[in-house]
This record gives sequence, structure tokens and C-alpha cells, in this order.
Amino acid sequence: MDIKAGSRLACPECSVELVVVRPPSSPLVLTCGGIEVVDAAADRPGGGHSDTSGEGTLVGKRYADEDSGIEVLCAKPGPGALAADGREVPIKGAKPLPSSD
Amino acid sequence: MNLSLLLEMSASTLEDRPAVTSGSRTLSYAQLDAAARRCAAKFLSMGATGVVYCGTNDASFPIAVFGAAYAGLPFIPLNYRLGDEQLQPLVEANRGAVIIAETARVPGADPEKVVLRSTLLDAEFSTKADIELPAFVDPEDVAIVLYTSGTSGTPKAALLRHRHLTAYVIGTVEFAGAEPEQAALVTVPPYHIAGLANLLSNMYSGRRIVYLESFDAQAWLDTIRNERITQAMVVPTMLTRVVQLLDGSPADAPSLATLSYGGARMPLPVLEQALELFVGTGFVNAYGLTETSSTIALLGPEDHDAAFAGDPVAKVRLSSVGKVLPGIEVEVRDEDGTLLAVGEPGLVFLRGEQVSGEYESGSVVDAEGWFPTKDRGWIDQDDYLFIEGRADDTIIRGGENIAPAEIEDVLRRHEAIVDAAVVGIPDDEWGQQIAAVVVMKPGASVSVDELHDYCQLHLRSSKTPYRIEFRDELPHTPTGKLLRREVLADLLG
Repeated sequence: MDIKAGSRLACPECSVELVVVRPPSSPLVLTCGGIEVVDAAADRPGGGHSDTSGEGTLVGKRYADEDSGIEVLCAKPGPGALAADGREVPIKGAKPLPSSD
Repeated sequence: MNLSLLLEMSASTLEDRPAVTSGSRTLSYAQLDAAARRCAAKFLSMGATGVVYCGTNDASFPIAVFGAAYAGLPFIPLNYRLGDEQLQPLVEANRGAVIIAETARVPGADPEKVVLRSTLLDAEFSTKADIELPAFVDPEDVAIVLYTSGTSGTPKAALLRHRHLTAYVIGTVEFAGAEPEQAALVTVPPYHIAGLANLLSNMYSGRRIVYLESFDAQAWLDTIRNERITQAMVVPTMLTRVVQLLDGSPADAPSLATLSYGGARMPLPVLEQALELFVGTGFVNAYGLTETSSTIALLGPEDHDAAFAGDPVAKVRLSSVGKVLPGIEVEVRDEDGTLLAVGEPGLVFLRGEQVSGEYESGSVVDAEGWFPTKDRGWIDQDDYLFIEGRADDTIIRGGENIAPAEIEDVLRRHEAIVDAAVVGIPDDEWGQQIAAVVVMKPGASVSVDELHDYCQLHLRSSKTPYRIEFRDELPHTPTGKLLRREVLADLLG
């Protein structure tokens, strides 16, 4: 599917919702719990994932895949974990700053 | 990414946590989100092409900001204190926008497009029409149009796109990172980048915002104590008034964990007194511009504490704006564009995802993405950025570049002086000569000769003002930026 900056994606099987911060440099398959994510407005059967042992995808965290350049922000959390063309997508570390405003 | 997502995430995660307080009224995140969506539907039903906000700072401000974002319309805050003559061209430049205003009569506006600010808070405020909000707002769309304060003349419309502002927020703020009891006191005006950045950061961190509609030093202190405020942001004029009010007694604001300041250069004597009076409060200096989506450099509490404890290096750095944020690059160049070495002053250039550098008239960012701030500054060996002031304000006397701020700081330290402005006046022999206009403390007394001798003692003779005059007050913008062109016009007039 076409993943462009600002588009909203969702896992068809769990509650995970994502917003694309940076699109990938070339087409890739982004999955949640092994299932390819879909447009957030598409049908979502919501059957759940078989493997929910990990920490899933956490709200407010940024996930970035170095190889493809894709970066997404998790807008709604869920038990599924993200993968880009099968690679686990790690949380992008953010250095907390003192409150300036 | 769209700005409305920042609130949507907080509303779905934090739900009933208090989001905003003004007066006796508090809205939760869920209530604020619902009000913003109702507002968005109303704007779209009116056929709006933008949302002009011409009002004070209270809970209706976040409703309007996020309402515009949900509707996919640019938000355009204007200074509600402007006179009709100044307001009318700005209103007319935004034909097609709805106008949120304090009164039904707005100069230059179509009455059909005016919405009373007080109605945004009504639960019934909505449209009968079943309007669907856009599912996708392009990150490239303009989110906010800000008329820059314009210390140099006519205001310019700076454009900030959704991607600039969201890059700033998600890059610097931990989502829902605030403790439930945290509260931020906001007194900066809604038409200033600090007021907008402040709103976005606090909503994303899950911190309650408390609005004080107009600044008053006593009301500000009372609110901190009564509402148990943990974070506050002030411009230099505000901190100056608070320090004057305290008159040497402790601030007695134990809840206040962080006090950040910015918007204009903070006079060092005021900062030093404030550090002494606000026991247990961490100070943060934030430097940024409208065109950079607010803060790009920070001097944090540890640096302030070290300076207060007497560390000589930290004391020098108290005049700096600290280090640039992760994701921001900085370069100092000379007039010809040559990169300058550590410690050498020149023109400051910035690059990063939050940097827009774009106006309605076009972008000033170069092909490599660098934005010329038109500020002069330098970087020390440990990457602390020092800002001397606007390049246009630099006085060139006999070929020597002189930053007015250094001379102003010396004058403000004099026991009889409360405020000072230094400008260059045309001179046949030197090109420019240094002139100072000073304001005396009430009841104090000092002569021009005494001030002249005092300056010679603390400054090189080439930096000693050639002419010194007294005035009752100096002209400032609402955020405390000195209007040097008015000072100069007054001296030459």
C-alpha cells in the first residue's frame, strides 16, 4: 500500500493505530503482529493476534526503521508489534528536555 | 501529521484528566477535544477558509486552535489590542476566514463571518448540519499564520506547516509524560509563537494549562500559590515586574518546579535577583523565533544553578541561550557567507525539521535548508550559543561592531537605572555614535556625567555612550522586545 507522510494506518486485527511521520524511501510491507496494516478508515475485523507476549506498540512512541527510513507515531496502543519487511521496528529514543513552555 | 492528532491522542489516553483552566472553569481532555470537534464542524458549515482569532487568552483559545486543525484550516491569531487602523488590513488580508472576536463589530470584517469568542465555550455551540471532518490533513498544509512582532517595521505573515509544529512537539515532548498534578501557568499572548508552542507542548505532555487573561505580577504570584502551578513561562518584562513586586523577599512559590523565560533578551540583573528569590525553582532560558516553530535552544536548570553557585564559566554562560535542541543544526557565518570558527561572532543560521523560514511572500531558506535568523551570535567551545541581538541593531562605530545589549546590561546594573536602550546615531566622523536612553528608578537620581563615568569604568571607552538621555519609559512590544527604531526616531526627532 502507499504509505505517505501524515496518513493514518491501523492494524486490522488489534487496536493499534499509527500516523506516518516519515514515509519509507521505497515501498515496503509494514505489519502489526504479523498482519499488514491498512488504511485507518478501512474495515478492521479485530480478531486479535495469536502472539501477544511482547510489550506490543505503545501510545506516543515513535517507531523508526533505519533501513527503509519509515517513521511512525503510535496514536493508539495495542498488543501487536510492528515490523517493516519482517524487521522488528524499534522505538526511536527521545531525550527528555526540561520544560521550556 | 496534523496538530489535531496531538489533542486526539491525549483525549483518548488521558480522558478525564483536567486540560485547561480559566477562571473558575476547567475542561478535561475529553471535553476539550469534543469542543474542538464541534467548533471544526461549525467553521466548515460557515464555509471558512481559515480561522482568525482576535481575542484574549482563555479556554476558548485551545478550542479554536484545535478546532481549526480538525477542520484542516489555517489558524491566524491577531493581536486583539491593535487599533482599528492596524487591525483592518490584517482582517481584510484574510477574507473568507471566520473571525473569533470579543465583540460583534470587527473593522473590515463581514458580520456573517464573526463568531463571538464567548460562544466557543457553550456546550450548545455546534451546527445542525451533519458535517464530517476531514479524515486526512496534509502535513504540508499551513497550520498557523503568525504576524511577526516586527521590531523592524511592517508585520510579516510567517507560515508554519503542520509538519514543522508536530516535529517540534514530538521531538521535544514525551507524550503524556506529565504527572497528573502538574499545571502550567500561561500569560504569554495567544498571537505569539510562545503561546501556541506552549499550548501544543502542554496538551501533548498531559499537563493542565491555567490561563491568566492579562498579566499582573500579584495575580501571577497568587495564581501560582492557589493553583499549585508547577511550570510557568514569562517574557522579561513580566519577570522584571515580579522581581520589583517581591522587592527582595522570597517568592514563596514552593510548587513551581520550572520557570522558563524567553521572547526577548533577559536583563542579567533581573535574572540574578529572580534566581535568589525563587528558591527551589529550576530556571530555563528558551531561545527561538516564530519562523523556527518556537524553541531551538535551551539553557537548563543545572547551568543556572552552577552560575548561581558562583562557577565562573557558568556565570558567563548565563548570558547564553544554552545548547541547540537535538535535530537542530547551527552555523555562524560572516557577511560573505564564510563559516566562522568557535568564539567568533557573526550571523546565525539554523536548520532542522521544525524550521519553516517561510512567509506569505516566499521562503528565505537556502537550497541546503539553512534559515538566516538575522540574529548575531557566536558559539563557545562546548557548543553554548550566545545571541548578541538582531544584526540590524548592531552599531558600527569606526568599523567596530558593537552589540547594544552589552552596554544596556551595564547601564541596567546601575543602582539608579531600571531600563536602558542603546542605539547607533548617524555620525560624520565615526559612521555611527553610541546613544543611550535610560529610565531612572522611582525616587532615584543620577546625572549624565555620573553615568558616563560609570560606563567608562565598566566598558571599553569605544563602547561608552557618547550621548545619554533620560525618559520616563521605553517603547516595547507586548513580549518585551525593545522597539529600537522608535527610540532612534525619538532621539533624531
